[in-house]
Amino acid sequence: MLPRIFSLATLIVVWAVAAALAQSRLLPDPLTVGRATLAEIRSGELPFQMACTLGRVIGSFAIAMLLGTIAGYAMGRSKATDRFADSWLIVLINMPALVVIIFAYIWIGLNETAAILAVAINKLPNVVVVVREGARALDPEIDEMAKAFQFTAFKRLRHVVIPQLAPYLAASSRSGLSIVWKIVLVVELIGRPNGVGFVLGSAFSLFDMARILSYAICFILLMLVIESFLVQPLERRANRWRRRPA
Amino acid sequence: MNDAQTAGDAAPLELRIDAKRFLSSDGTAVEVVRNLELRLEAGSFGALIGPSGCGKTTILKIAAGLDADFQGRLRTPGAGRLGIVFQEPRLLPWRTVEDNIRLALPADQANVDLADLFGTLGLGSHLARYPGELSLGLARRAAIARAFAIRPDFLLLDEPFVSLDEAVAIRLRNELVALTTATRVTTLLVTHDLAEAVQLADRLFFLSDRPAQILFEKTLPPPRGTRSKDLVTEISEEMRAQVAQAVARSGQS
Repeated sequence: MLPRIFSLATLIVVWAVAAALAQSRLLPDPLTVGRATLAEIRSGELPFQMACTLGRVIGSFAIAMLLGTIAGYAMGRSKATDRFADSWLIVLINMPALVVIIFAYIWIGLNETAAILAVAINKLPNVVVVVREGARALDPEIDEMAKAFQFTAFKRLRHVVIPQLAPYLAASSRSGLSIVWKIVLVVELIGRPNGVGFVLGSAFSLFDMARILSYAICFILLMLVIESFLVQPLERRANRWRRRPA
Repeated sequence: MNDAQTAGDAAPLELRIDAKRFLSSDGTAVEVVRNLELRLEAGSFGALIGPSGCGKTTILKIAAGLDADFQGRLRTPGAGRLGIVFQEPRLLPWRTVEDNIRLALPADQANVDLADLFGTLGLGSHLARYPGELSLGLARRAAIARAFAIRPDFLLLDEPFVSLDEAVAIRLRNELVALTTATRVTTLLVTHDLAEAVQLADRLFFLSDRPAQILFEKTLPPPRGTRSKDLVTEISEEMRAQVAQAVARSGQS
């Protein structure tokens, strides 16, 4: 923890020195940004915009994880499905995020559904690829055991399949959260009347660097909090059995 | 292709494999079992003995209903509820010993009292541990407990004592004799260890090399669990000689 605090403190010092040297409206010093942030929080503007963005992040993340896990599992388990869907996957992986967003807004309309779906589709192939690896690595011997003891489908899913997929799901949620929130900002910039991305867009047109920095920093902090207090504890819980001496 | 069904109470295990083939990597079919017929009376303990690689595990998988891709017929005893102990313990590493055992139970019996079984197998103080923390002997015990916990009509054991210390193996074999005698479960053991088979079983089936078929079978007279060490050695010697003769005969024909 201490080295991390030291490294972050160094970053802020470098920023302060650079701002002092530059003496420019385009690089406000940390104190100015801090004051701007406090003002935004007091007015309720920043919490509201962050909540809008966070809602979209959660929605598209959940959709991408759910559909991606189902598709990845199916492709990892069945060669025929894999052969069929693999080319779709390659198309999706290489589709620029912006193209998906534009298609969604044009075909579905400038609304919440289009925004969330566009982000989910951007994240989806990554989940599929990772979970497919996990499904391919499922232990056939344990599968056979579950069959011999006549495990029900639910029991198999809960006690046999999900624990084996857990490390893969954890890996794709970690990379997923950061990808998703970055794309959500783009979606908001292009076609939403609120959210952090929308605010950044309007701050950009006003060259309001203090505002841009305060929103960016707050959102990074929020994601750090989610990562350390939600994702990591869940991962530790799922790996409890692993971290014991043999 | 084949016809699998379960028979009523006190029905024997009947397995007939006319042919079982595998596709080898170059695409040709390799016959691993041919014209094998096996009948095991309800409540008795049979042992399939054969050289390694002769297809013992394949036959066991067919008997377990895990492999339906064969020509022949399988009738399992009782309601067909199967307990199985694999060569590797095959416990779920992410569940505790007790959860592993209880997971095998049907949902309506998940909380049934298993203290006696845990006691017999010496698992009482290890129930909250994860399989990764167990020695192989303890993991095997847990796997045996899982197979008995479901009160099977039919028990299959695939070399359950292989690569254990002899001392541990002896204790586990005695525990197995106690459990199978108490439950009268129809049991089929697969092993390459003749002395082990002679100690545990009432009926021996000797397998030939590939394609596996039964060279000859033998019923052992005094009831299982009562044979002395000397008697086991004596019967094993006699069996060894008979196997050699049978192999020589089958080689001539």
